[in-house]
Amino acid sequence: MISAKDIEAGIEAIDPMANPLVAADSYLALAEQTLELWLYSKNLTPTNDKKEGFRLLALHRQGAKGDPSFNACRETCRELAYRYNVVTGSDRADIQQEAATGMTHLARHLALFISGKMQIAGLGDFCCASKPIRTNEQEMF
Amino acid sequence: MSETKKYKKVAYYPGCALEGTAHAYNRSTKALGKELGLELDEVDNWNCCGAMEVKNIDPKIQTYLSSRVMSIAANDMGHDVVMAPCNGCYHNLKKAEYDLSHDEKSKQVVEKLSTKAGHETYKAGQVETIHALDWIKDAIGEEGLKERVKKSLSGMKIANYYGCMYTRPRHIFPEKDQGPGSESTTKPHFMDDLLEAAGAENVDFALKTACCGGAHTLSDSDTSTKLVLNIIEAAEASGAEVIATECPTCHSGLEMHQIRAEKVLGRKTNVKIVYFTQLLGLAMGLSPRKVGIQENISDSIGLLKEKGLT
Repeated sequence: MISAKDIEAGIEAIDPMANPLVAADSYLALAEQTLELWLYSKNLTPTNDKKEGFRLLALHRQGAKGDPSFNACRETCRELAYRYNVVTGSDRADIQQEAATGMTHLARHLALFISGKMQIAGLGDFCCASKPIRTNEQEMF
Repeated sequence: MSETKKYKKVAYYPGCALEGTAHAYNRSTKALGKELGLELDEVDNWNCCGAMEVKNIDPKIQTYLSSRVMSIAANDMGHDVVMAPCNGCYHNLKKAEYDLSHDEKSKQVVEKLSTKAGHETYKAGQVETIHALDWIKDAIGEEGLKERVKKSLSGMKIANYYGCMYTRPRHIFPEKDQGPGSESTTKPHFMDDLLEAAGAENVDFALKTACCGGAHTLSDSDTSTKLVLNIIEAAEASGAEVIATECPTCHSGLEMHQIRAEKVLGRKTNVKIVYFTQLLGLAMGLSPRKVGIQENISDSIGLLKEKGLT
C-alpha cells in the first residue's frame, strides 16, 4: 500500500503545465489513494462505486459515514472533481493548465489534511462539520 | 444613493477574538458600519459563545452560552437580528438556534441554566443570527457599495478565503443554498460579490473553504503550517496579491503560519492577509489607520500605497 509520504511526493512530481490532461488523471488517482489510506486505517474496504461520476466522491462519502468531521474535506473533493471536469472538458491549453494547477493544491491539501487527521483525529473538528450535535454527551444536567 | 434594505440596525456580538488578536477586525467592522450609516448596538454584558473548548466537554453548555447572548439581544435589548463577524461565534449561535429548534433536551438544559442564572430563557426564532457578510450584502448590497466607493480596489487581485465554519455543517444554515441570491455552502461567494463591487478583481481560488488546521495550531503546528502554506501558495498561484478573510481564527492562522513557513520550511510567500472589512473600509475612503491596517501582522501598507489606497 502506498504511504502518505509517497502520495505527497507523487503530487510534487507532477507538472500540471506540461500536460494538464495527464496531470489531472494523476491528481485524481492520488486523491483517491489518499482517501483509501484513511479507509484502510479504519479497517474498511474502499468502495469501487462512483458518485456523480467520480469514485473520489464515493470514497469521501464512505469515509464520512459516522465521522462528520471528515466533511471538512468534502469541498476539497468536490473542487477536485470540478477542476478535473474543467481540464478534460476544455480545449484551451491555458484553461486546462490553470485548472490542473488548482488540482495540485487541492490534492496536496487533501493529502496533508488526511495525513494530519491520521495523526490527530480531531483535525477538522473545529469546523464542527464535526461534532455531531449530541455525541459524547455527558449527562451533566 | 441606494436605499438600505434590511439590517440597518442590528445587535452586535463581537466575541472574544475581536477584543484580542482580531482587534483590527472589530475596529474595521465598526468603522465600516459607521461610514455606511449602519448602526451596531453591542450586546450588553455578552459572554463567550462556547467556542470549541466548551463544546468538546458538553455541547449543551455551548448551546446555553450562545443562547444567553441571543436572549440578551432579544429580551433585554429588543433586537431581532444579531450580527457576529467571527465565524466561530456565528457558527455557534446558528448551532444553538438549530439545537433549540430540534432537540427537547437542549431546550430543557437551556431553560434550567437560564433560570439558575436569572435571565429570560431564549426561545428559538427570537433572533436571526447573521454574519458580517450578510450584514453588508443585505443592508447595502453591491449596487449600494458601488455608489459609495471613493477609492476603488481596482487592480487589486484578491483570493477570498472563507474558512470552514462559515458554511459547515450545512443543516445549521437553512437560509443558504436557496438558489439565486443566497449564499452557497459549497462555493461561497458573498465576499467575492462585495469586494468585486468595490472594484477588486477576484481570482479563481481553489481552497476557499479548506481547513487551515486552526484548532491544532498549537498542538500540531507543523500540520497547520503545511496546510496554511498550501492555501497561501494556491492563492499566489492564482495570481492573488491579497487573501481577504472574514474569520479571526483563519486570519491569525494565515498570518502566523506564513511567517512560520518561512522560518521552518524556508518557503517565503508575499501575499498579504487583510480582513474584508478593512478592504471595504479603504474603498469607502477610510484611512488605513482607521481600519486597523497597522494592527495586522501581515504588512500590507506598501501594497496599499501602490494601489492608491492610503
